Amino acid sequence: MTGFMSLFRRLEGPQTVGRGPAFWSLFALVLAVALAYPQFSDGYTVGNTVYFFVWVFIALSLCLIWGYGGSLSFGQTAFFGIAGYGYGILTINFGSAYGFTLIALVAAVAIAALFAVLLGYFMFFGRIAGVFLGIVTLAVTLMLERFMAQTAGPEWRIGSARLNGFNGMSAMPPLTIPWPGEPIVLFADVGLYYLVLGLLVFVYLGLRILMNSSFGNVIVAIRENPERAEMLGYDVRKYQLITFVIGAALAGLSGVLYTAWGQYITPSSMGMTAAALPLIWVAVGGRSDLTSTVVGTLVVLAGFQALTIYGSQYALVFMGVLLVLTVLIAPNGLVLGVMNWLGRLTARFTRKAP
Amino acid sequence: MSLLELRKLNKHFGGLHVTNAVDLTLEAGEIHCLIGPNGAGKSTLFRLILGEHHPGSGDILFAGENITRMKSFARIHRGLSVKFQVPGVFKGLSVRQNLEIALQSRHGGVELEMEIDRLLAFLGLESEQAQTAGNLSHGQKQWLEIGMAISLKPRLLLLDEPTAGMSPEETHLTGEMVQRLNADGMTVLAIEHDMAFVRQVAHRVTVLHLGQVFAQGSIDQIVADERVAAIYLGQAHA
Repeated sequence: MTGFMSLFRRLEGPQTVGRGPAFWSLFALVLAVALAYPQFSDGYTVGNTVYFFVWVFIALSLCLIWGYGGSLSFGQTAFFGIAGYGYGILTINFGSAYGFTLIALVAAVAIAALFAVLLGYFMFFGRIAGVFLGIVTLAVTLMLERFMAQTAGPEWRIGSARLNGFNGMSAMPPLTIPWPGEPIVLFADVGLYYLVLGLLVFVYLGLRILMNSSFGNVIVAIRENPERAEMLGYDVRKYQLITFVIGAALAGLSGVLYTAWGQYITPSSMGMTAAALPLIWVAVGGRSDLTSTVVGTLVVLAGFQALTIYGSQYALVFMGVLLVLTVLIAPNGLVLGVMNWLGRLTARFTRKAP
Repeated sequence: MSLLELRKLNKHFGGLHVTNAVDLTLEAGEIHCLIGPNGAGKSTLFRLILGEHHPGSGDILFAGENITRMKSFARIHRGLSVKFQVPGVFKGLSVRQNLEIALQSRHGGVELEMEIDRLLAFLGLESEQAQTAGNLSHGQKQWLEIGMAISLKPRLLLLDEPTAGMSPEETHLTGEMVQRLNADGMTVLAIEHDMAFVRQVAHRVTVLHLGQVFAQGSIDQIVADERVAAIYLGQAHA
């Protein structure tokens, strides 16, 4: 019981913005709105919202590895793709009966994590750091994209799943929950919405606890000064590897949910643009805070979609401009800047009150 | 029993011999100061002891165990701790969090908070605890890092210029603190240029010159040594 309570206390701490009744009331309010929202909307819009939510996991993975850990990784899209293709290959071969899609989800995420163990081991135990980490992970991502792009021929198949080159893999079943009578198929609308929302809240709160724990302390210590962290007796490589693997699993979760959402995945999901976009969301939001990352990602994604609808080809250019502006004006992130400003404002306000 | 023993330690970067067959023995319970002109190889010697550099040849024994091939963090677990020359604090984190990170592997829960408070008081940094460590003055950063280093309760504390940038009063206070730690059983090896500090604390002094042990003895013997005056102290006192 005390263990549970101490977990609960870790929801707040120096590593995460937002504390006290005011913050958690707002959190509850936002959650209530999110829960009620599908009742007042149509299936298509809800499905589109799920699409936004799906990307938050990869953004959080980058927040963890880059924002908290200080290692810039371009590899998140690689894990996204591996898990996405993994889900496709597994479900196309074994179908969706007996809840297999859920097993495939876990298995695909595990494959991405396993790949991260391998890659991360060579990088971190080989003491690759800083810009070189970015280069290696980017190379891996682009290599995977190139590889998948040339799998158009009929010889590129795993069981009954054709990889299909640039055309991508499609027609995998959506996530399906076994149910007495009739299984519940989570098409990209209300059903999937609640599942993804649940996962999102779970991951967000879980990461808050993790980052405010002693593990999180070591992660930010390594970001600030790896040499000092090592000289306090921490095996820096081990901590970096664990963080990297957790991040890969989250990116993989994004990949699986994306694939299940659209029943479609292509090599371009691991391309240069795909690798750069999460970086922009996270940087604009505020990479060193979980809440800023979630809010920033959703805002930028919604803005980006609006732009692609109304301004078409300039959307990507605008993303670049947004990144440059963020770096110049608020290098720690626009959303985080606003949140800190609000925090100072409320602090001043409460001080003045008798 | 000797706590630390360096045997014929060699390190060269290309053709440059920064550490040349260094033999050095530290007795448990002593305060030993390492002095010498810039480039004598003092900091390199520290990095060899800590495992940040690996020697070309020679052995490092700590409490009788050969730690020459051991990773840095494992050496820390054996009872080594260090304060670096350039203060190595976690700049973006609060002073309190800096100490928490240092203490959390030994303490938890309420006990951890109490330990942090105790250490803050010991360092005189209570009113700065919420400050970002990067905003501290140079002297305060030095103290904070010393605090982090001693919080591990090491058997051997390595101090690389602990009083650099401190006023004479602060230097003296640091000396007293080192003596207090030593009285509690901590062995100390310090690199220092401030001869007042060396005179205050050192039981023994080793002079390093061109990567080799040049002279060794009490501070009075070292100061009286004309050869040492010629290469180092002479210029320092000129």
